[in-house]
Amino acid sequence: MTDFYLIVATFVLTMLALGLLRVVRGPGTADRMMAAQLLGSGGVAILLLSAVATGAYAIVDIALLLALLAAFAAVAFVRDAPATAADITEATDRS
Amino acid sequence: MTYLVNAFTIVILCAGAFFFLAGTVGLLRFPDSLTRLHALTKVDNLGLGLIVLGLLPQVGGLLAGLKLILVWLLVQVSSAMAAQLIARVARAERRL
Repeated sequence: MTDFYLIVATFVLTMLALGLLRVVRGPGTADRMMAAQLLGSGGVAILLLSAVATGAYAIVDIALLLALLAAFAAVAFVRDAPATAADITEATDRS
Repeated sequence: MTYLVNAFTIVILCAGAFFFLAGTVGLLRFPDSLTRLHALTKVDNLGLGLIVLGLLPQVGGLLAGLKLILVWLLVQVSSAMAAQLIARVARAERRL
């Protein structure tokens, strides 16, 4: 079963890596932040899988921390986002 | 009995991995920000929920299982909140 958990974890990690393509392509800052949120929830899944695979349940605490940091990242992004000059130039380039 | 539990875990974990695949495909292929947000936030949480559900019979202990459920609940609440906040920014970007 240990191999199976690690295979699933590797698969989810591949999906996260593919999701990072959205960070490269944009176009808006919100799209880039979504890829970071994907990294948060997928990272929690990978950490839980590896916790059960290795039997080191301290990893669950790290998953908890990653979930918390993803939430803080979203809040920090929203506090800052609409005021930055980059958004406005990006939006005017598009229209 | 162990075989049955392991089969349950394998099926549910495969379903969870499939939902992560669907979430990534949605994030990459959908046409605009709000549809991408829709794909990402719902499908991903379902994938994580299924993975937690699949791991629950394997942790061997009530406390460890409760902790896994707690992690899932935290991700659920924070992701619902993040979806609302990011949607607000996406809408503002579109209007500018």
